[in-house]
Amino acid sequence: MFNPILSMKSVGKRFPGVVALRDVSLEIGRGEGHVLLGENGAGKSTLINLLAGLYPADEGEIAFDGAPYRPRTPTDAYRAGIRVVHQELSMLSQMTVAENLLFESLPQRHGLVNYRETNRRAAALMEEVGLAAAPTTLVSRLGVAQMQLIEIAKALCYESKLVILDEPTASLTSKEVERLFEILRRLKAKGVTILYISHRLHEIAEVGDRVTVLRDGQLVATRPLAGLTIPEIVHMMVGRSMEGEDAFRGDVVVSGEALRVKGLRRNAKTPEVSLRVGKGEIVGVAGLVGSGRTETARAIFGADPKIAGEIFVEGVRVEIASPKDAVRHGLCLMTEDRKGQGLLLGMSCAENITITDLRKISSRGILERDAERSAATGLVDELRIKTPSIDQLVRNFSGGNQQKVVIAKWLFRGSKVLLCDEPTRGIDVGAKAEIYDLLWTLAAEGRGVLFISSELPELIAISHRIIVFAKGRVVGEVARAEFDQHRILSMAYEEYGLERSH
Amino acid sequence: MRNTDLSEATETGRGRRTAALWNDVLRFSMREAGVAVGLVLIVLFFCFTAPYFATPENFLKIFVQIAINTVLASGMTIVILTGGIDLSVGSVLALCTVVGALIMTDQALPVYVSVPLALVGCMGVGSLCGFVNGFVVEQWKIPSFIVTLGMLNVASGAARVTSNNSTITGLPQPFVDFGNLIVFGVFPSIFLIAVGVILIGWFILRFTVFGRFIYAIGTNEEAVRLSGHNPRTYKVAAFTISGLTAGIAAMVYLLRLNVGSPIAGAGYELNAIAAVIIGGTSFSGGKGSIIGTLVGACILQVLTTGLQLFGAGDNVKPIVIGTVIVLAVVLDAYRDRFLRAIESR
Repeated sequence: MFNPILSMKSVGKRFPGVVALRDVSLEIGRGEGHVLLGENGAGKSTLINLLAGLYPADEGEIAFDGAPYRPRTPTDAYRAGIRVVHQELSMLSQMTVAENLLFESLPQRHGLVNYRETNRRAAALMEEVGLAAAPTTLVSRLGVAQMQLIEIAKALCYESKLVILDEPTASLTSKEVERLFEILRRLKAKGVTILYISHRLHEIAEVGDRVTVLRDGQLVATRPLAGLTIPEIVHMMVGRSMEGEDAFRGDVVVSGEALRVKGLRRNAKTPEVSLRVGKGEIVGVAGLVGSGRTETARAIFGADPKIAGEIFVEGVRVEIASPKDAVRHGLCLMTEDRKGQGLLLGMSCAENITITDLRKISSRGILERDAERSAATGLVDELRIKTPSIDQLVRNFSGGNQQKVVIAKWLFRGSKVLLCDEPTRGIDVGAKAEIYDLLWTLAAEGRGVLFISSELPELIAISHRIIVFAKGRVVGEVARAEFDQHRILSMAYEEYGLERSH
Repeated sequence: MRNTDLSEATETGRGRRTAALWNDVLRFSMREAGVAVGLVLIVLFFCFTAPYFATPENFLKIFVQIAINTVLASGMTIVILTGGIDLSVGSVLALCTVVGALIMTDQALPVYVSVPLALVGCMGVGSLCGFVNGFVVEQWKIPSFIVTLGMLNVASGAARVTSNNSTITGLPQPFVDFGNLIVFGVFPSIFLIAVGVILIGWFILRFTVFGRFIYAIGTNEEAVRLSGHNPRTYKVAAFTISGLTAGIAAMVYLLRLNVGSPIAGAGYELNAIAAVIIGGTSFSGGKGSIIGTLVGACILQVLTTGLQLFGAGDNVKPIVIGTVIVLAVVLDAYRDRFLRAIESR
């Protein structure tokens, strides 16, 4: 007999002016791996936040573990046995890993924190999730992937009945992802229920038994995962089939060199990096997190220091000591951290677009609003940014639209070389396809694109050429005709002396 | 999640413009007008309750009294918008009053030379102090709170050294007369100076490239840097402007009180900060306006005067004013939530 641990009946949630969830009824079985899918804005986050106790539902009823469930605070959710690993991490960065892990109930002795016990318990948890660091390491010294593991370890240590993971693999490497799935399988075996949200369709089969698809705040269907194909799932998510999504459109030939980097070194300890991007070319950059991809892009752009190396833009040697120099010479950087480093979240769409070149919309230091409006409106239309007005704050945009604003601001500046660092992270399928299309168009117009991504299928779909990073240097290069997932992955791993498990 | 829903209806150009207009109206009315409504309510309250409050003489007095704080607070607004703070303005003002008074009391100079020279001197010394603040903050990445706390002491000491620790009187008569001038029998000259400073500040923040950068830096400095700009220049400029307004405020001080004094301006920085914060400018930068600051300065002064006329003792005043400052920020938090709800419609 089906024995649900969580059942939602006609749950609805509205925000001022928006219905975020409408009449959602859902049952999740005990010990089940349930996958929640939907495009950005489909209502997934709202659903999770309801369960996490961040805000209450407006309509409907939720029952958890046989009792009515109406959490008012995240603490209520913990007490009930629901644990959420959010996509955006919230860590006490100036405290140790152990303190972070056990923060909600630090072992005590005579009213003081018992650090020996804290570290001992933390070490055990860390071992379980495969986090290789001392329990006394400060969290601020860890990478994003390791922080993610801490969140997961936290979920483990508090006897949770339901663990919700919101895009846990967004910043993990394939190796870490496998480790995560191993942990999740173990949890399931112990009878813990898992609600899993991801944009990466090919990995959901690893943990999922059933899948629920949301679209525009409504439930489309809940189905057993077995027998479902990816095109079918995509069809449910977007309400249309996405044929031609991977149709490579980059076959326009443009000659000439957009960017050449020769002998770039970030500091005395890092090896030299040389690379080249042709006009009209999209060069994919593969490699593990921490292999030096982001760091190299930032050094080329002048965002971080470098000690040696020559940079040529369209064949001309340029000096780049700061982002200001880089931008002047036609480079642009779309950072990995869109919200933190790319956008002015509290400012309008138009203000975000024109910030790269205010001279174009001003004379003698005084802004010309009409010029700004028409420039911004033009780009909003061209890139099909969905917004009621160019005065809308970028904070209110979905991830895909935010990324388009970032692209728009660099188009406004007239950049010739695009350094894109994980430009599709956290963006839904439909918006991804639009971003690919855009990049192809931009390349065909004679720009050079360096495309860093941790999703290999994505790189294979859009690049003319893929270069592979490991340990801070370029370890391989593969032309489009020879693209092969296996070969590229093994290059990325080889340097680290690791064999892929399959 | 919201935008997918609402895009359909307003995709057309006309819909867009209407939406934009609404957005503007709402944003303006909520941010500045919210504070203005507060001011009107407070004024009405005192009009009906405090004797002699609703008299022309009293309003004239208020206009005179807000002048110095308004000028100081306008520079402070710019610094706070970038996410910084300037604690030094009070003692920079003191130093500038001493410098200005020394120049004007120099018997060798005719009035038409000494007064403009004093103005230039005040503005120059003020700007220099501000520039040093900004330079140290940006060069060594030290919190502005600490740097300007240092400058507070340095400028105060410099004022005492320059003045030989005494007040300087005997300013030229035409200068003193100008300070007492009441234009059209309604607006005191120094109030008009303050309004002039506010208007210039408002124009700079709202209509210039520089102003756009000030807001952008306060919103996300790293994003501005990665967009190919150097935030440093603008932040140093913001501190320099704050010093400049302290210099102008010193001239206003001389016009009003007719003495240069090394102990002038003690605690003025806190009043200026209070005006900025009550006026709705966010302490973490990026949000707020100079018009709000003007209204904030008015609220502070109306409260002070009103409570006096009300018969509340000097000891009660700070309690009320302190409460209002905190209350303003609390209301601000609610206003932000409300604004976001409206914006995300």
